[in-house]
Amino acid sequence: MFVQHFFNALTLGSLYGLIAIGYTMVYGILRLINFAHGDMFMLGAYFVFFATTLWALPWSLAVVVAIIGTALCGVLVDRMAYRPLRDAPRISALISAIGVSFFIQNLSLVLFTGLPRAVMRPDWLVNVIKFGDIRILPLAIIVPIVTAALVASLLWVIYRTKPGLAMRAISKDIETTRLMGVPVDKVIAMTFAIGSALAAASGIMWALRYPQINPFMGLVPGNKAFIAAVFGGIGSIQGAVVGGMILGFIEIMVVAFFPGLSGYRDAFAFILLIVILLMKPTGLMGEKLEDKI
Amino acid sequence: MLRIEDLHVYYGAIHAVKGISIAIPKGGIVTLIGANGAGKSSTIRSIAGLVKNVKGRILYTPPDGTEMNIAGRRPEDMVRLGIAMSPEGRRILPHLTVEENLKLGAYIRTDTDGVERDRDHVYELFPRLKERSWQKGGTLSGGEQQMLAVGRALMSSPHLVMLDEPSLGLAPLLVKEVFDIIGEINAQGKTVLLVEQNAFAALKIASYAYILEVGAIALEGRGEDLLKDPRVKEAYLGG
Repeated sequence: MFVQHFFNALTLGSLYGLIAIGYTMVYGILRLINFAHGDMFMLGAYFVFFATTLWALPWSLAVVVAIIGTALCGVLVDRMAYRPLRDAPRISALISAIGVSFFIQNLSLVLFTGLPRAVMRPDWLVNVIKFGDIRILPLAIIVPIVTAALVASLLWVIYRTKPGLAMRAISKDIETTRLMGVPVDKVIAMTFAIGSALAAASGIMWALRYPQINPFMGLVPGNKAFIAAVFGGIGSIQGAVVGGMILGFIEIMVVAFFPGLSGYRDAFAFILLIVILLMKPTGLMGEKLEDKI
Repeated sequence: MLRIEDLHVYYGAIHAVKGISIAIPKGGIVTLIGANGAGKSSTIRSIAGLVKNVKGRILYTPPDGTEMNIAGRRPEDMVRLGIAMSPEGRRILPHLTVEENLKLGAYIRTDTDGVERDRDHVYELFPRLKERSWQKGGTLSGGEQQMLAVGRALMSSPHLVMLDEPSLGLAPLLVKEVFDIIGEINAQGKTVLLVEQNAFAALKIASYAYILEVGAIALEGRGEDLLKDPRVKEAYLGG
C-alpha cells in the first residue's frame, strides 16, 4: 500500500515541480509572477488532444508538437503582455499577468468549449503492472524519471551554457547584463519558452494520469505549483522541485492516512503557504531579496 | 573615432545634459571630469545606449568603416560596434565567478579561441584576478572588483573602452594601479573615454579633457594644460 502511495506522491510532486520551475524562472529574472503560467499547463494538454484527434498525429509526435506549441504560446504571452511593460512599475505587469490568465482561460472556453475531453493514452503507459501485491501504473515510474531528466537538462542549460549564464546574470542585474551586449529580450523569451515547455510536459503527463481535460484544469495545479515555488524559495529552481515534491507528498499522504480529511486536500497547500510565509518568507532555498510582490 | 554633437539628455522634466559636443580621436584617452550631477555619467551612458531620451548626434567611426550616427541604438548594438563600458559602481555580478563575469563580457563573441586569448590577456593585466578566477564576484575586494569591471569591458574586444569612475572608493595606491593599467590598455591600441571625479589623476593621463558643469562643458583642453590652469586648480584640484 505504502509503495503505491509513495509512487503516487512522487508523480504528483513531479508534476507540481515541473510547473513550479516556470514560475520560479520567470520570477527570478523579471520579478514577475506569471499568473498565466498555469494556463500553459492546460494548453499543453489541449495541444496533445487536438494533435491526436484533429490532426491524427501519433501520440509521440503529438507530444513534441504540444511542447513546441506551448513554448511558442509562452513566448507570445511575454511579447504581447509583459515586454511592453518592461519599464513600467512592477505592479502593472502583475495585473497584466492576471488579465492574460483570464483571457487564455476564456478564449480556450470559446475555442475548445467547456466540455471535458478525454485524452488518448497509449496502453503501455496505463496498463497496471503488478509486483506481487503492489500494483503500479507504468506512468507513476515514468513521470518521475522524465521529470528528473528534464530538471537535469535544465540545470545543465542554466549552469553550463551561454544563454544560461545570461539568465543568471539578468536575474541579478538586468542593466549590466544589457551593457555586456546580451540580447536581454531574446534571453527572456527563451526563459518563457523553457518554462512553458516544462509546464506543457507537466500538463501532458497530468492528462495521462487524469485523462479528463477542460479549459480550467490549469487553475488548481497552477496555484499549487505557485505555492510549491514560494515554499521552495521563489527564484530557486532546486527549491521549486523540492517544494513541488513536498506538496505532492503532503497531499497524497494526508488523503491516504486520514481519508476523513480528503475533502480538504486542496486546503493543505494553502495552509502550507500561510505557514511558510509566516515562518520563512524566503522559502526553503530562497535567497534574501529586498522587495517582492 | 567618436564625435558627439549637441547631445541633450532628459530624465522626465530634468534636463541633465544640455547640448554638449565632444570629440574622441582614435588612440586617445579623453576624460570627462566634473562634480556629481554635472552630466558625465549621462553622457557616457548615452554612448552605451542605456539612456532612452537622447537628442543630438553620436557619430561613431569604426576602424574599418565609415562614420554613422549611433544615437538611440540598443546597448547590444553598441557592444557589437566595438564600444564597451565599465559602469559606475563596478556592477560585478556577485553570484557569478570571476571567470563567468569575464565570459559575460565576451557574450557577443563566437570566436572561442580569441575569447580565451583575451581572457588570458586580462589575467596578465590583473594577475590577482587569475588567482581568484573561481571565486564569486561578490567576495572580491573593491579594488579587485574594479579590475574585474575593467577586464570585463575588454572582453568584447572593443575599439573604444569607456570607464565610468574607475577610481571611485579605492585607496590611493589602488587608484594609481588602476590608472597605470588604463594607460597600458591605451598603449595597446584601445581608445579610452574616462569619466572621473578624481580630476588630478584623470588629467595626468588624458590626452584631452572636458570639464562639465551642470550639464554643459565649462572648459576643455589638453590634459596637461588644464592641470596648470588656475581655474581648474581652484575648483577641482584643491587650490
